[in-house]
Amino acid sequence: MKRATLTGLLFSSPFLIGFIAFTLYPIGASLVYSFTDFNMFKSPSWVGLDNYRWVFQEKDVWKSIANTLYMVLFATPISLIVGLLLAQMLNMKVRGQSIYRTLYYIPSIVPAIATSLVWMWVLNPKSGLINTALGYLGIRGPNWLLDPVWTKPSLILMGAWGAGGIMIIFLASLQDVPRSLYESAEIDGAGKVRKFLSITLPSISPIILFQLIMGLITYFQYFAQAFMLASMTNSGANQTMAGPEKSLLFYAVLLYREAFVDFRMGHASAMAWVLFLITSIVTYLIFRSSNRWVTYGGD
Amino acid sequence: MSSATGSFGGGAGKGIRRFVPHLFLAAFSAVFVMPILWLLLTSIKSDKDLYANPPVLFPKQPRWENYVDVFREINFLGMTWNTFFISIMCVIGVLISAPLVAYACSHIEWKGKNVIFALVIGTLLLPYQVTMIPTYIIWGKLGMIGSYMPLILPAFLSAGAGYYIFLLRQFFMTLPVSLIHSAKIDGASELRIYLQILMPLSKPIIATVGVLLFLATWSDFLGPLLYLNNEKDYTLSLGLYAFMQTHYIMWEKLMAASAMFTLPIIVLFFFAQKQFIEGIKLTGIKG
Repeated sequence: MKRATLTGLLFSSPFLIGFIAFTLYPIGASLVYSFTDFNMFKSPSWVGLDNYRWVFQEKDVWKSIANTLYMVLFATPISLIVGLLLAQMLNMKVRGQSIYRTLYYIPSIVPAIATSLVWMWVLNPKSGLINTALGYLGIRGPNWLLDPVWTKPSLILMGAWGAGGIMIIFLASLQDVPRSLYESAEIDGAGKVRKFLSITLPSISPIILFQLIMGLITYFQYFAQAFMLASMTNSGANQTMAGPEKSLLFYAVLLYREAFVDFRMGHASAMAWVLFLITSIVTYLIFRSSNRWVTYGGD
Repeated sequence: MSSATGSFGGGAGKGIRRFVPHLFLAAFSAVFVMPILWLLLTSIKSDKDLYANPPVLFPKQPRWENYVDVFREINFLGMTWNTFFISIMCVIGVLISAPLVAYACSHIEWKGKNVIFALVIGTLLLPYQVTMIPTYIIWGKLGMIGSYMPLILPAFLSAGAGYYIFLLRQFFMTLPVSLIHSAKIDGASELRIYLQILMPLSKPIIATVGVLLFLATWSDFLGPLLYLNNEKDYTLSLGLYAFMQTHYIMWEKLMAASAMFTLPIIVLFFFAQKQFIEGIKLTGIKG
């Protein structure tokens, strides 16, 4: 073996061992499990495509796909837009920029479980902050987490509140757009909107792509907040983990329930593979479309 | 006269133009800060103030005992230690193993360089749910469910650390090849180059990854939910979840516990602000 190859392998070996034990083997095992009837207590027995048939026929699965797609389609772009908007505002050279930056960023580092608790209380229909404030304006606020129509908008609101992490990355990329580009556009008489559309957006498009994909992955696997809220709404421990009228039944939550509450590992494994397939297709399509809207400036 | 008016008008216009951004920024800050303020205010309310009508914003008699109650009702100190221990071990594990592989897919010229990097990116895109069940079963067969092993050991093998390997590799790529090249000509081994040239230059990104990782493990919920089943081993995320299930109407105590759960993160943020924010610039994901 060549010396360089040996060195490369040695440096990669911790990762490679971890990859084989915690990624490669589990991927294979999970594929096998998805064709078996299997719980923790008895060994797997082959059932062919039964689990996949179950995935496509079970009403709860479809409900959870609809709920999850709702979050992917709305929460991802809304968080990105809020993050970009905040970054754009911070990028104006104003005094106290670092204080504002800190204030916007902090919510994004509050742990998911604490965030859920805070928002449950902020969105409390009677005594919560938001409905109290709306009350002063003479508006009767919705029942938020208790109303199936408003549960997901509540989660989107929570997501937007934590957009500080997205903002920080956008801010770094905005500060990197060469001043000279704006200056020459100003000479051509471009206004603010024009400059944003034809200089800012193309310059940061690789970062938009990166954040879009990270956002999609996050929301396809949306778990902690949903699990917390769903096991709690209707006040009290709610073992179905679905929220009012199953409006908080997300794919990852249902998968967890199948695997670790009802011990139907076969069902859960098939669900995992369907999720894998969906996220792969979506990621692939976005990458393919990206050569039309992402520009890589060579500097 | 007209010129004086003109300059006065111009001055006012300038003042307004300066003031407007602040107005926006401040209004947005209020939106972002209010929930946290609401959390803190609720944490010192009595249960009477909690549901008072009209609502009480500032409790007349702050009830600090809510914080004491949290310690009395759950093993808060123990949970804090558990969370801290797991987080620190994960940080150590990843900081030992991830830079090694990041180096192997940036500055070592070998056949597997791009393959390994592709695997790293692959793990980044792979949903956690795909590996979750078999991994759980492995730990079950090893008899380690209920221990910290499933939460800590994978970190030492960079499992689940794809994002951090990516950040490290992007940073390594920005370092001048000539530096490494000339060290090689001088006959330095890869290990020596790694330890004596690369690592010292990489302090900022190592610190950034350490801080981001600490934050992620501190907040993790699914891992502890899967693997911890003994209350004395709970982390804060899991403990708070359990506390909520039994105390779901005692918002003042839940808020006091949430405040104490979040406080260390905020303190860490203020100490490591540079790593949180400036670090992003070092990683090269800015475009």
